[in-house]
Amino acid sequence: MTLSFIIDALITVIGITTPILLAASGELVVEKSGVINLGVEGMMLVGAITGFAVSFETGNPWIGIAAAAVAGAATSMIFGILVLSLGTNQVATGLALTIFGIGLSSLIGSNYTGFAAMPFDPPFPDEWAQDAILRVFFGHSFFVYFAIIVIFTIGWFLSHTRAGLVLRAVGENDFSAHSIGYSVIGIRYCAIAFGGAVAGIAGADFSMVITPLWAEQMTAGRGWIALALVVFSGWRAGRLLAGAYFFGILMTLELYAKASGYAILPSQFWAAMPYLIAVAVLALISSRDGRSGKEPACLGKPFMPNG
Amino acid sequence: MGNFTRRDFVKAAAAASTLPLLGARANAAEPLKVGFIFLGPIGDYGWTWAHNRGRLELEKELGSQIKTTYVENVKEDASAVPILRDLARQGNKIIFATSFGYMDQVLEVAKEFPDVKFEHCTGFKRAPNVSTYNSRFHEGRAVTGTIAGHVSKSGVIGYLGSFKIPEVVMGVNAFTLAAQAVNPKIQTKLVMIDSWFDPAKETAATQTLANLGCDVIATHTDSPAPLQFCQQKGIFGFGQGADMSKFAPKAHLTAIEDIWGPHYIKRVKDVLAGSWKSDDFWDGIKEGNVKVSPYNASLPKDVQDAANKIIDGYKAGSYDVFTGPIFDQGGTLKVKDGEKMGLGDLATIDWYVKGIQSA
Amino acid sequence: MRLMLEKRLEPSRVMLVATPILSVVAIMMIGIVIFDLLGYDGFDAVWQLFVTPVIDLYKWRDVADKAAPLILIALGLSIGNRAKIWNIGAEGQYIVGAVAAAGIAFMTQSFTGNWIIPLMLAAGMVGGGAYAAVPAGLRIRYGVSEVLSSLMLVYVSLQLLSYLITGPWKDPHGMNFPQTAQLTDAQTLPHELGSTGLPPGLLIALFATIIFTIIVDKTVFGFSIRAIGEAPHAARYGGFHADGIVWLALIISGAMAGLAGTLELMQLTRLNLGFPSGYGFTAIIVSLLGRSHPLGVFIAGIVLAITYVGGQVAQTVVHVPNATAGLFQALILFAILASDILVRYRIRLKSSAVSEVRS
Repeated sequence: MTLSFIIDALITVIGITTPILLAASGELVVEKSGVINLGVEGMMLVGAITGFAVSFETGNPWIGIAAAAVAGAATSMIFGILVLSLGTNQVATGLALTIFGIGLSSLIGSNYTGFAAMPFDPPFPDEWAQDAILRVFFGHSFFVYFAIIVIFTIGWFLSHTRAGLVLRAVGENDFSAHSIGYSVIGIRYCAIAFGGAVAGIAGADFSMVITPLWAEQMTAGRGWIALALVVFSGWRAGRLLAGAYFFGILMTLELYAKASGYAILPSQFWAAMPYLIAVAVLALISSRDGRSGKEPACLGKPFMPNG
Repeated sequence: MGNFTRRDFVKAAAAASTLPLLGARANAAEPLKVGFIFLGPIGDYGWTWAHNRGRLELEKELGSQIKTTYVENVKEDASAVPILRDLARQGNKIIFATSFGYMDQVLEVAKEFPDVKFEHCTGFKRAPNVSTYNSRFHEGRAVTGTIAGHVSKSGVIGYLGSFKIPEVVMGVNAFTLAAQAVNPKIQTKLVMIDSWFDPAKETAATQTLANLGCDVIATHTDSPAPLQFCQQKGIFGFGQGADMSKFAPKAHLTAIEDIWGPHYIKRVKDVLAGSWKSDDFWDGIKEGNVKVSPYNASLPKDVQDAANKIIDGYKAGSYDVFTGPIFDQGGTLKVKDGEKMGLGDLATIDWYVKGIQSA
Repeated sequence: MRLMLEKRLEPSRVMLVATPILSVVAIMMIGIVIFDLLGYDGFDAVWQLFVTPVIDLYKWRDVADKAAPLILIALGLSIGNRAKIWNIGAEGQYIVGAVAAAGIAFMTQSFTGNWIIPLMLAAGMVGGGAYAAVPAGLRIRYGVSEVLSSLMLVYVSLQLLSYLITGPWKDPHGMNFPQTAQLTDAQTLPHELGSTGLPPGLLIALFATIIFTIIVDKTVFGFSIRAIGEAPHAARYGGFHADGIVWLALIISGAMAGLAGTLELMQLTRLNLGFPSGYGFTAIIVSLLGRSHPLGVFIAGIVLAITYVGGQVAQTVVHVPNATAGLFQALILFAILASDILVRYRIRLKSSAVSEVRS
């Protein structure tokens, strides 16, 4: 087990984990504000095709990523308007959003199958990014660093800023927040848009770096894993980061085990594990009457100030 | 007869004179309608792209005698049934179902439309109006395996599979046996990702194989993702189903191309001539179903020659990669020295040859 | 002059029925424009998507096939919806129900008799109900949200299905493909029931709709469900046990999902990787569109089935990519969900003079 072997394995883990971490981070903020948006998979796909198409047409990956974020946010606004201003059922609307995102991305993407994306180098100079040892720190794509910055920022924001406190209040007790004078609807709009933008960027990771091409439904269900991850984390940013890497390590271990000829347990068992653990986590955190370990009390309930 | 003027007579005569032409026109026939259902989008540069290429060749060859219709992204579940039925009702007289997962659906619809012919790709169930067709992809794998045997410096080559089905097992076995013919000590690491299409997982699996020492990696899955990683890492790979060199100009040594045109042309001609019968086709390099794309310019001449020798051997019928002695992973002799593996055994194979490391 | 939303004293019954219809019509209009922009014959495309499935008698069969599982599952879900118990995991219960029925089938392969099919249906309901009891128990014992726990369990059920298909239940005559053996004739239902010409699934759905209507409108249980949902404290005061309702609501919806899965299994005659069709998720939308009342659910199921079938027709006739059909389904859903507000609110034009006086 050389250092190089370990570094390469780590790179695989980080690669698998990043889009899930990103998408889950965005959804964490959304759910903390009391809204459950099941349309993550749809928003990721819209981001994936937008990032690919825009960077392909403009020749500039950064514009592509920005466009992916905008597209994700715009898509999420469909959800936002329906759920916040028209009071529709969040679960149904989120599911419809997923169907919408899959359809829209496939439609736009039909013009882009069979093309390779342009290369998108790590944001660090080559001497660091390609050095045998330093690459474990500097050799990753923009998305990896962005994902880590985002989750830490969210964690700090939620627990150490006043705005974060307000967001959490809106999610825990929307009537109280409303009576103090905060705009529950306005804050939730911001949260949803943020979630959409980040999901869009997560999708762009797929089409621009992980496999630089576009293919229909290329996120292959990662959006749902991100939703599971939010639950798994008990709605806490630190646990989300750990949980994401836990998922990534599990998936990578499964591949290494198979390639080396070991099948300790059927691969479906490994694949089911994250979800089983998520259910167990739910049971654990819900039975304890902890403060921030539970799901946001208003999760999924529309806010209806009477009148 | 009073009102029957000369004009009328001329009109009637003109009309009558066209009668024989009408008869001739009826015989000239409307174009034969040919239907296709595809698993993926035609732009996928993989499995479906190759079938569509076959369809286009069919159109080019038979021109105005036929009219083709295709439906993309047909899922391999119950929803294929209404689509097949619609195609049959719309007058398509021969319908090609281009993936294994359409098997039951094709048989069901075939019962309802006994005078429509169905061809099921990679299946094994037939009926009076259902035929099956397949390609000996593994012959192409023998070529890529030979190249891998020459090119690999580490002596470890990789294979990315989807599911443990006979087609994939045949593929990795052929790949390994051919490589072993060049380098008897070569080892193959195999990973099944339990999906035909999941680019991110394909990439992760390729990374895993590379990290475990493989420097040439072949894939049985549909996307160019594995090749893209090989290009990044400076190792080598092969295109699957189509020439994928534009995704990985340095890493792409060659590709196994699925050529379906000849089969489609042959069978549609059979329908036109009225001689179509239910049958099972399993053609390979010799018949033109499997083609190897142009070699990467960087591939040394002696390796290209070795690869061409395999191709020529298949064309002449003098070479078969599944010629004994062949041992399985446990060391048991499965095919005796000098004997060729039977087609029946090959079609249901579920064991790996010695030298393949896999669960 | 301003547009204002004024809450109605009572939900408008007219709007309850009108909004879905208006939404579909509105999306049809928009659809014509969108398709024209995309280069298709807009009117033709929309006609194929929305009208053909309704007027083409042949297509009614497809609509019935698609509607039956949706209606069955949604009937069960609507019980829970009224009590504000959200079963998102119906897809998982659908799969487990089918698995349970398949298990019975494989144990009784060598038997014949009229008892087999009812036994399988019962097994399916028990399997689905039992799987739904897990989120119920978690909610009652640990206060876990059933939305999240049932959703997670869907993925677990998918892995279970995959494991069984590729392992212990793999068809020994299936050339090692990931699918189970086929059900025998004694284990499948005919496509049409006797002289009625209707598919058995639809008949069962009709029957179930009647039963559920009676339960919801006429029984104490039905009343208690609504009470628990709308005024939980008052309901408890009145002696209705919230916990009992949770168990019943989830188990009933699980059993209905399992029943739907079993019927689908009998139609497909085997389990394979394409079995999960997403009915469990679509049924959530059906139950909400049907306003959680059995009659509404029945109609909503038919409507949604029409959009599915319409999408397939548009694929084969107009060559609209099937992604577009999905897109339209989503747009219809958005429209219907959005127009819901007209049920609870009324649009009023208020002159600014009036509002000035008021302030």
